[in-house]
Amino acid sequence: MKILVCMKQVPQKDAPLKLNESGTWIREDVSYEINEPDAYALEEALRQREKHKGEVVVITSGPARAQQVLREALAKGADRAIHLEDDKFVGLDAFNTAKSFAAAIKDEQFDLIFTGLQSDDYGYAQTGVILAELLGWPHATIIMQIEKTDSGIRVKRELEAGYFQFVDMPTPAVLTIQSGINKLRYATLIGIKQAKNKPLRKVTLADVQSALGVNLQRIEKLYIPQKTKKTEHIEGTPAEIAKKLVDKLRNELRVI
Amino acid sequence: MPDTILVVVEQREGKLNRVSWETITAAQAIAAATGWTLEAAVVGSGTAQIASEVASKKVTKVYDIESPKLEPYTPDAFAAALKQFLASKQPKLVLMPHTYQVRDFIPKLATSMGRTVISDCIGFKHEGGKLVFTRQMFQGKLAADVSFASDAPWFVTFQNGAFRGDKAETGTSAAPVETVNVDIADGVIRNKPQEVFKEAKQAVDLTQAEIIVAVGRGIKEQKNIEIAKQLADALGGDLAASRPICDSGWLPMDRQIGSSGQTVAPKLYLALGISGAIQHIVGMKGSRAIIAVNKDSEAPIFEIADYAVVGNLFDVVPPLIEEVKKAKAGS
Repeated sequence: MKILVCMKQVPQKDAPLKLNESGTWIREDVSYEINEPDAYALEEALRQREKHKGEVVVITSGPARAQQVLREALAKGADRAIHLEDDKFVGLDAFNTAKSFAAAIKDEQFDLIFTGLQSDDYGYAQTGVILAELLGWPHATIIMQIEKTDSGIRVKRELEAGYFQFVDMPTPAVLTIQSGINKLRYATLIGIKQAKNKPLRKVTLADVQSALGVNLQRIEKLYIPQKTKKTEHIEGTPAEIAKKLVDKLRNELRVI
Repeated sequence: MPDTILVVVEQREGKLNRVSWETITAAQAIAAATGWTLEAAVVGSGTAQIASEVASKKVTKVYDIESPKLEPYTPDAFAAALKQFLASKQPKLVLMPHTYQVRDFIPKLATSMGRTVISDCIGFKHEGGKLVFTRQMFQGKLAADVSFASDAPWFVTFQNGAFRGDKAETGTSAAPVETVNVDIADGVIRNKPQEVFKEAKQAVDLTQAEIIVAVGRGIKEQKNIEIAKQLADALGGDLAASRPICDSGWLPMDRQIGSSGQTVAPKLYLALGISGAIQHIVGMKGSRAIIAVNKDSEAPIFEIADYAVVGNLFDVVPPLIEEVKKAKAGS
């Protein structure tokens, strides 16, 4: 099975975010990490390769710093990496991001393409589905299980409120992977060493420019959300806080 | 001629998903702001009854988009059916609720038409004749106003709970319903879905709980969940968790609150070490009172908390358990 895992580098979960001068994006001087759902997608690809043999290739688009995501993926066991490297990739909308991935892999023959179900920075949940449409492949989203069958794959789709659904699909296909599908592995020291020698192909913006179009949507303004709720802060020592909370529970909320 | 807003309601297995009323409320607000015409559509097979239900709301027309190939739901069929319909109808704005099913096909539909989706929106603004859509970014830490730079149709999905379904205005008389039969060619549908099922019998129905004590990543280790359980017991409430806790197997999946788990609106929701990621918030923002304990003062959970404790839950919870016990014992 030849699997491509699309990965994104996003600001760390607890990184303090600051707006840039134009108020249209955040300042770059934060710490970054792998988008968590993508880590689950990678783990799933590695497990599928363990079961069925094959190759796991990882791809990302972004500035030079995004290479870290690929290095980590290679250290965990991916076979090779593709880096669409340019600062301008950050400003592309999901449609263009998917187009750039499709262009970068046009000479490859993957059986499966995984993405995380959504990114922790944008949270659009679109890139994987757009990519499937661009490639003309079937897709399924929010996947919690993948099994190989004679006719392709059988996947378990997660629905709301604890419901699930199995779907039989042909391959090649695109799947967006839900967190919790598996347990993430850590990169080993040997893995980190081996990663240095694994192939990492760079693709420039110029290489894929002809496939892209203008962004079809635009962030007019990025800002700190206006609070509509009135929040009362409870302060003091833990003992004082406990007493104040019980006072609220009893006299304001009437649950005691 | 004014532009048209089209709300595509959601039905699953012949039943209307009630979150669709929230989309109608949103659409009515946008129609009022812009002066555009509001129409609605349902997509499925044998969905005339649902179309009539939608026609009772204040909309000018309802379309029942039909094909036997639309049941069961597949992204190929839904995208093909709507693409056909939209090509002839040409609305300016297409609205849907941000459900798991809509997420599964709307990016495909938009892409097939060379268009784009602004997804998971929590509101809109109409300023100087320009329509922008507000959505949360960075797991709720920031908000963005996003505009379309493309031709119509514009696709937008709204987050669960962003608008109130009970505020959808009823019409003075039933809107006309038009059946539109769409043609889905052989070979279009590639996925073969099986029956929808619930994984495990739910041990506890958290939607009935009056008090919920929920833990998030801040609980750090599985063994620490014990103090949250003690607090829940002291209060006479139920224990729940955000997704990462269930993913790790520290609590069973039926304790999960959020878009994949249960949506609750108890009298009191006590969030311990929960940052407030969007997928969790959608499952509990309707709670009557929310107390949040988190050592990160910037945690998005504090946006919706009635009472905020910025501090270490391991310092706060043990004395809280004692105070609750004392209070209940009548001292």
